[in-house]
Amino acid sequence: MSMNADAKQQYQASLNRVLDAIKLKEPDRVPLIPVVEAFPYYYAGLTIQEGMYDYHKAGAALDKFYADFHPDLGWDPVLMYPGKIMELLDMKWFQWPGRGIEDPNSMYQYIEKEYMTEDEYDELLLDPTHFIQSKWIPRSFGALDGLKYLALRDSIWFGFFNTFPVFGRKEVQDSLQTLLKFAEEMNKWYTFLGEYDKKMENEFGVPLAYGAWGYAPFDWLGDTMRGTVPILRDIRERPDKLLAAIERFTPIAVEASINGAKASGRPFVWVWLHKGVDQLMSKEQFGKFYWPSLRQYIQELVDAGLTPFIYVEGSYHKRLEFLREVPKGKVVYDFEDIDMFEAKKVLGDVACIAGNVPNALLSYGTPAEVEEYCKKLIDVCAPGGGFMMDTAAMVDDAKPENMQAMFKVTREYGVYRR
Amino acid sequence: MILDEIKEALIEGNKEKVKSCVRQALDAGLAPSAIINDGLISGMQVIGVRFRNEEIFMPEVLVAANAMQAGMNIVKPLLIGDVEIASKGTVVMGTVKGDLHDIGKNLVIIMLQGSGFNVIDLGVDAAAEKFVEAVKQHRPQVVGLSALLTTTMAQMKRTVEALKQSGVKVMIGGAPITKKFADDIGADGYAPDAVTAVDLTRELLGLG
Repeated sequence: MSMNADAKQQYQASLNRVLDAIKLKEPDRVPLIPVVEAFPYYYAGLTIQEGMYDYHKAGAALDKFYADFHPDLGWDPVLMYPGKIMELLDMKWFQWPGRGIEDPNSMYQYIEKEYMTEDEYDELLLDPTHFIQSKWIPRSFGALDGLKYLALRDSIWFGFFNTFPVFGRKEVQDSLQTLLKFAEEMNKWYTFLGEYDKKMENEFGVPLAYGAWGYAPFDWLGDTMRGTVPILRDIRERPDKLLAAIERFTPIAVEASINGAKASGRPFVWVWLHKGVDQLMSKEQFGKFYWPSLRQYIQELVDAGLTPFIYVEGSYHKRLEFLREVPKGKVVYDFEDIDMFEAKKVLGDVACIAGNVPNALLSYGTPAEVEEYCKKLIDVCAPGGGFMMDTAAMVDDAKPENMQAMFKVTREYGVYRR
Repeated sequence: MILDEIKEALIEGNKEKVKSCVRQALDAGLAPSAIINDGLISGMQVIGVRFRNEEIFMPEVLVAANAMQAGMNIVKPLLIGDVEIASKGTVVMGTVKGDLHDIGKNLVIIMLQGSGFNVIDLGVDAAAEKFVEAVKQHRPQVVGLSALLTTTMAQMKRTVEALKQSGVKVMIGGAPITKKFADDIGADGYAPDAVTAVDLTRELLGLG
């Protein structure tokens, strides 16, 4: 792999720009950190199905994006999840072109259902690990159904006389075989990603955006276990159990993110927020059920030397006061739908803010409209530092000329000093 | 009076109490249509008003809707003739072709049913032709289209065009949708959330 002196320099300049913005200092210019999902693949003319079923093709498509665009933080092909490998598992809550979605150009989609029922809180609270292994995993992955027979927690003393023989069952063996095969294929994919990450650094000069991913403890329970409507009802119908489960999950969520960042050796942890939006609960409910555990999670990540990038999906107009309660200069809030002027006013001295360039504008607007929107954001949010340019939500089918307009205006108009 | 008790229990989201009060009302000889209109639906109307005034939020609405459903399950089989007698109108709802997301659409359906509308749910990934077919079959006054992805917004345009001839009113919604987009594709209205979708349905039906 070639080591390119310009790339090295660009890499360092980009990273410094981002680190300055996080520390609430003025960098040389506003950093560009668009979270691109399907966009690079559409841009290169690759279908999502091709990208998901041949990760080398996905890598080649991403090459074109990085040759033409130079963001200050970038994503490797991790978001083109490997279709063939996921097929092994027979995943229930995910569909993609090649598995459940007809159009090869469609983005993959998440299918929400109740993977934990309202009467299972006690079981979850008694032993989350056993619940996840014996209930959540078999319900989520058809090919791992055999894991429901395992009850290793009962192995103490001569308990193993009862718990080990189950490995003789065909269903258990099939599931374990699937896991071995999965691990082998997954490690190949990780090797590929690791190579791509080096290429990003050494050839394109783009720092990788993520070290690990995470979720708010409330979403951990709400997204793939209870589901939106059920967990909102739980707020009214079984608030104590819900709170107990969130409390139980908080250290687990912290541990998972810290372990992920340790494994990658990179400190940026992207935390995708879902169910705390304005439309789904009151300010009081947010303050009781959603925020305390998220705040603790953020604090513990910061204490571990990590930088949480809180990716705030949906509308958060009424949550700003809460978001102040984090360590100063250590956190990024990347917003979708919010009054950025208000966000700057309330959060400006505490956290770096980013995001808010509307995806519909990027898909259906004109370059001039994009430029005008970005200029306004820069006028309002850039002064004093602590601002990064990003789209509102992850970008799929934006018009290339609109993405170019966002990059151009940020490079030219977002300059603090020459 | 028992109908007021049904209404109050529903507003509190007390499903068990709604069920027992509905049974009591039936035992007392009250007409099923009265239980629905003056008990359950009038309770949901209060819920709608309080939600709009931000006195209550989605969790309260959802437990009330759940209580309403529990009451309806008891009364509905006893209605004589078409169930739509007790309905304010029919709405066909669906997520457009290529899009499998249904959380937003389902919230709208819960709110519409809670407000006394008869809802035909076409589910997710519904092609324009499926909407056209459903309009022929069910004769709704309003069709609601949902999409979460920017890539499937184009399907909304196709569907609105396909429905143009039928004269049915079309409302759209979903995370990336804007009023401007709704106007551009010739939809009759845009609702940013589930409660506004109910207001919009009333407006499109001239119910004020």
